[in-house]
Amino acid sequence: MIASLSLILLCQLTGEVFVRGLGLPMPGPVVGLMLLLLLLLARDRFVVLARGPLQGDGVESASRGLLAHLSLLFVPAGVGVVQKLDLLAEHGIAILAILAVSVVITLLVTVATFLVANRFLARGQDRP
Amino acid sequence: MSDNPFSLWVYLSQSPLLWLTVTLLTYAIADAVSLWTHRHPLANPVLHSMWIIGAFLLLTKTSYTTYFGGAQFVHFLLGPATVALAVPLYENRKLVAAAILPMLVALAIGSITAIVSVVLLAEAAGLPRAVILSLAPKSVTAGVAMGISESLHADPSLTAVSVVLTGIMGAIIVTPLMNRTGITDFRARGFAVGIAAHGIGTARAFQVDAVAGVFAGIAMSLNALVTSLLVPLAVTLLVR
Repeated sequence: MIASLSLILLCQLTGEVFVRGLGLPMPGPVVGLMLLLLLLLARDRFVVLARGPLQGDGVESASRGLLAHLSLLFVPAGVGVVQKLDLLAEHGIAILAILAVSVVITLLVTVATFLVANRFLARGQDRP
Repeated sequence: MSDNPFSLWVYLSQSPLLWLTVTLLTYAIADAVSLWTHRHPLANPVLHSMWIIGAFLLLTKTSYTTYFGGAQFVHFLLGPATVALAVPLYENRKLVAAAILPMLVALAIGSITAIVSVVLLAEAAGLPRAVILSLAPKSVTAGVAMGISESLHADPSLTAVSVVLTGIMGAIIVTPLMNRTGITDFRARGFAVGIAAHGIGTARAFQVDAVAGVFAGIAMSLNALVTSLLVPLAVTLLVR
């Protein structure tokens, strides 16, 4: 458990160092995500790597634990709304309406794109 | 034991213990209510935790900084949780590989739609530039969005609030919207909510259908990658 959490933190730390060091416009945890994915894929190819948290479901179960209550992690940031009450009094209705419309548009466009692309792919596979 | 109950409050209200406990306890109760209502979309645990804790802070005249002193331990886990998204991606790599083409197309179009729609709507509404920049990364998970906002010299705390509001709205709207439009492919439904409403949408997807949850998680992690590259580009092109 401790080793698995350390590995996750180490991936994040490496990502952070990498991003800051090279001045890249992306967040460190995203690089950490790619790093952990590469480690998991590399472990299946090279047996040498399958030790510590990378064996016997170690890092996998720690990650599942973290992700099981993902929405809890958004609560502290969400409560930050109390700091923004003056801004919300001024632009609140506009911001809420914009976010709601944007969410609906994004949902519909994404789901339609997925279905259309999926149909084209399936049709392509049917033909010999 | 203190003679004066007020001095006990003064001590506790400044300690991380109280606010960490309030955060976890409120969420646990909100989550139990959500379960009790059979995961009704309007019983969203984040939404209700947010206003209950917010109202409590206003009533007790506690500053957000004091509250965050305790809640930061929960907030910190957003970073490791982003890294942890590698695991569902890895575990479902066969499912992902089988649907890789529709996913990549939907990722590109969906991610661009999420950014461009909010930036254009905000410009049309005449919002200040700093607000527009802070809203732009709203569809991506909080840790990533705040990082993007910081690199744009926008307001990361406003970004965090808009991220959470977006997530809550997406999680509430997605099930009725998809049922109304008659979409039954849970891969597509999950993927859409992961793009539009990140972790809160993904949590919702897992409540509705396991396959939807997996695809939402994948969409959220891919979107975290793409959005961090797209927002700076979109902002230079669209925001005057």
